[in-house]
Amino acid sequence: MKWGVVRFPGSLDDGDALYAIAEVMGQDARILWHKDESLGGVECILLPGGFSYGDYLRTGAIARFSPIMKSVAKFAADGGLVIGICNGFQILCEAHLIPGALTRNRSLSFICERMWIRVENASTPFTRATKRGDLLRLPIKHGEGLYVAPEDELRQMEERGQVILRYVDADGRESDAANPNGSMRAIAGVANQRFNVFGLMPHPEHAVEPMLGGVDGLKIFQSIAGSAR
Amino acid sequence: MSERPVSLPGEPKVDLEQARAHGLAPDEYRKIEQIIGRTPTYTELGVFSVMWSEHCSYKSSRRHLRKLPSKSELVVQGPGENAGAIDVGDGWAAVFKIESHNHPSFVEPYQGAATGVGGILRDIFTMGARPVASMNSLKFGSFEHPRTRYLLGGVVGGIGGYGNCVGVPTVAGEVMFDAAYNANILVNAFCLGLVRKGEMMSAKARGPGNPVLYVGSATGRDGIHGASMASAEFDKQSEAKRPAVQVGDPFTEKLLIEACLEAGKTGAIVAIQDMGAAGLTSSSSEMASHGGLGIEIDLDKVPLREARLTPYEILLSESQERMLIVAERGREAELKTVFDKWDLHAVVIGHVTEDKRWRMRWRGQIVADIPIGALADDAPLYDRPAAEPEAQPQTKISITEKPGTAKALRALLDSPNIASKKWVYRQYDSIVQSNTVLGPGSDAAVLRIKNSRRAIALKVDSNPRACALDPYLGAVGTVCEAARNVACAGARPVGITNCLNYGNPERPEVMWQFVRGVEGLRDASIAFGAPVVSGNVSFYNETEGHPIPPTPTIAVLGVMIDVSKHVTQFFKNAGDAIAIVRTATPSLAASEYAAIFGIDGGRLGAIDLAREAALIEGLVEGAEQGLIRSAHDVAEGGLAVALAEACFNPRAILGAEVELGRAGNAAAVDFFGEGASTVVLSIAERDAARVESLFAGRGLEFAVIGRVIADPRLKISGTLDEGIAELQRIYEDAIPRRLRGSD
Repeated sequence: MKWGVVRFPGSLDDGDALYAIAEVMGQDARILWHKDESLGGVECILLPGGFSYGDYLRTGAIARFSPIMKSVAKFAADGGLVIGICNGFQILCEAHLIPGALTRNRSLSFICERMWIRVENASTPFTRATKRGDLLRLPIKHGEGLYVAPEDELRQMEERGQVILRYVDADGRESDAANPNGSMRAIAGVANQRFNVFGLMPHPEHAVEPMLGGVDGLKIFQSIAGSAR
Repeated sequence: MSERPVSLPGEPKVDLEQARAHGLAPDEYRKIEQIIGRTPTYTELGVFSVMWSEHCSYKSSRRHLRKLPSKSELVVQGPGENAGAIDVGDGWAAVFKIESHNHPSFVEPYQGAATGVGGILRDIFTMGARPVASMNSLKFGSFEHPRTRYLLGGVVGGIGGYGNCVGVPTVAGEVMFDAAYNANILVNAFCLGLVRKGEMMSAKARGPGNPVLYVGSATGRDGIHGASMASAEFDKQSEAKRPAVQVGDPFTEKLLIEACLEAGKTGAIVAIQDMGAAGLTSSSSEMASHGGLGIEIDLDKVPLREARLTPYEILLSESQERMLIVAERGREAELKTVFDKWDLHAVVIGHVTEDKRWRMRWRGQIVADIPIGALADDAPLYDRPAAEPEAQPQTKISITEKPGTAKALRALLDSPNIASKKWVYRQYDSIVQSNTVLGPGSDAAVLRIKNSRRAIALKVDSNPRACALDPYLGAVGTVCEAARNVACAGARPVGITNCLNYGNPERPEVMWQFVRGVEGLRDASIAFGAPVVSGNVSFYNETEGHPIPPTPTIAVLGVMIDVSKHVTQFFKNAGDAIAIVRTATPSLAASEYAAIFGIDGGRLGAIDLAREAALIEGLVEGAEQGLIRSAHDVAEGGLAVALAEACFNPRAILGAEVELGRAGNAAAVDFFGEGASTVVLSIAERDAARVESLFAGRGLEFAVIGRVIADPRLKISGTLDEGIAELQRIYEDAIPRRLRGSD
């Protein structure tokens, strides 16, 4: 599979995503520059973590107007696979490619910590290498990851299976203490209605080597790799 | 020479009084008049005042810093550039430095700390190295002091707010709370970068006629006189110095990192330097001076945030995220292309000259024209009197009340100085760049080097309470502790950087503390063969006549040949032997136990540096041979606390059963004593004899004191039997509980 990792000014985990996909998994991956409109024939686009444009306004609010985002929106409309991690998730929400929004953590502070994440829907292109109920050990690192959406929309999203990942405790149970940022319904990752666009706050690219804290993140990338059209 | 510099309409008259207001001593002012042969212009006076400030000139410290060893087979760059560099193998050099941002952080904690991080990052990537790790050492007043929470929240927020946004992981640090810092907090920021050997960049200008480029953010009024603020004591008016604190823009810094590293690859950069303290003035004069050349700048070409800045303000501004580059003539366009790509200013503002003058033009006139040496190398140099104070700290410890052992252990784990700092480091991105093998919460951080088996280990340490009792032994002990922590992880210490925080050097007793501290650093550095390649001095850390305790902050770089052999502090398997190895006998002097239970004074034990070096060699060899399951340095709180911490394994909580002290007669000093360079090891039973010979063979005291048990309890000498879960709860909750304000 050919992957494209978008580099916005202020992207930070772009190199880590590239490393995970190209070096650890041995797949074909390249950087896509935010000022370009060409996607170079890639089959999956990854919007990485970071602070695009400094995120001094609202996270992702400026990045969505980058030249490349026009192409990303068209790519998604054509059914192409798009995954947004952390700041990438925030950008996807701002671009209305995914429902909902991400606001400041309940604690009002940045949180960097490994969390337990439960797979809620394993029949998506992003989770097909997992099973429903699987627990993934993935780090989060963000200041604005509190997921919000209108209640009725959330209900519909749950019914359609768009809630893909949830924060839980080590035993797989939801609890207030296990919800690091106060997200509604402990949501850590959601997909669009067509299940070809996926946003998540946890960082699978930071869980791909045993020495650096585990390999659970590989399951996300392996799912995508196995979903090539 | 040429035209004479002019004073501008409306500028204040320059005289002795004006010089005094700029922080220049009368002798210094007379020396300026002598050097330039006339009365300086107001702009020139401002320039001299910052360049001759303690912060920029090191006028009180320079002659002592020369004593520090700075050479070894591994040194790629010693002091003299923006940072030092050490060969870490496989073609890589590690470029690193630590610097203070104490004064601004006390006045405005968020921006002060943030720009401290930004400044030290620039010192690293100007060398052509990609910053890969940050650390910090923080000292706050007592937790009960009304300003401490505000300062703690602001500083931690600022470090995270800046560091997280530039994509450099914060991998380790230390935080201490003590009333001695109530009116003078310390914020020391460390950064390390990696560069291929042979691709390092320099800050020495070369080639008269070469163009000088200004890159990065535009210049504003922020930070004017920041360097002077850092060169004076605080008083009641210090709050009013807020405008002298700079404001950080980490987004621009991130662009600057990428653009500068990319520009470095073109080969068109001759020299590059950060516009740090004293901004355009120091960067331009230092680059030219280091190259034995002059520089001429047209201030009208400097990108400005507002049009009405005066030459004085342009030259003294400490606006952040700016760099000065000397380019190869004719290759300016190549560099501009790179900076355009990253949407950053890159403007030719002047050129290198042969005449060794620092000449500034503005609106067709010359506003400053100074011999280059006067601003840098010929700045005043003082041999300030140093004298041991009359009143010695009392040397006898008296314990009036002897708290129960379990009660004391709980109190120690609940002390913010010992307790988990997770509340702090959880606010820092510690994993970006995918190299962090061991992050915050360990004895030392361990970072792998990609495409290599090698790894580096990092630790920053300080021990002001010991330094207050004996500034020499305290400094020696601090280096030993940092080096030992790195060795506990399995890495060999190879290099040191230091941030020397002291009071007003014009006081003989402070100068004495400083001189003894430097001597301690020197002796320990020699003993470990780990040279001091970079550093920073911060004087005038005092408010209304009360100096901080002497606080040399030491960061040690270690190198590991094989990252898979790294060792952590946590017990791994029930049944493993628990052993201690140490170089001396512990004491309660300067211990956390003494601080909590109100014991003053005491005398530090002597330190045998040959034994310290032997301990480090033994630890590294044991790790390399895979004989050590866990190694944890005994620091604040002594052996009992170290044993408890070793049980807090995040993967599997284990217990420990040990015998301490003289059979059945253990005293507080056996449980909670410090200062004996002790390491707690756990070892597979079958390896115990080999590990013993590793240390006993080096003449060190080695003893198996117990074993790791599956029952999650800490059992010591039949007098203490506590559940690990409860101890860990106290340890984890000590800082959050205080911040919730529920006690």
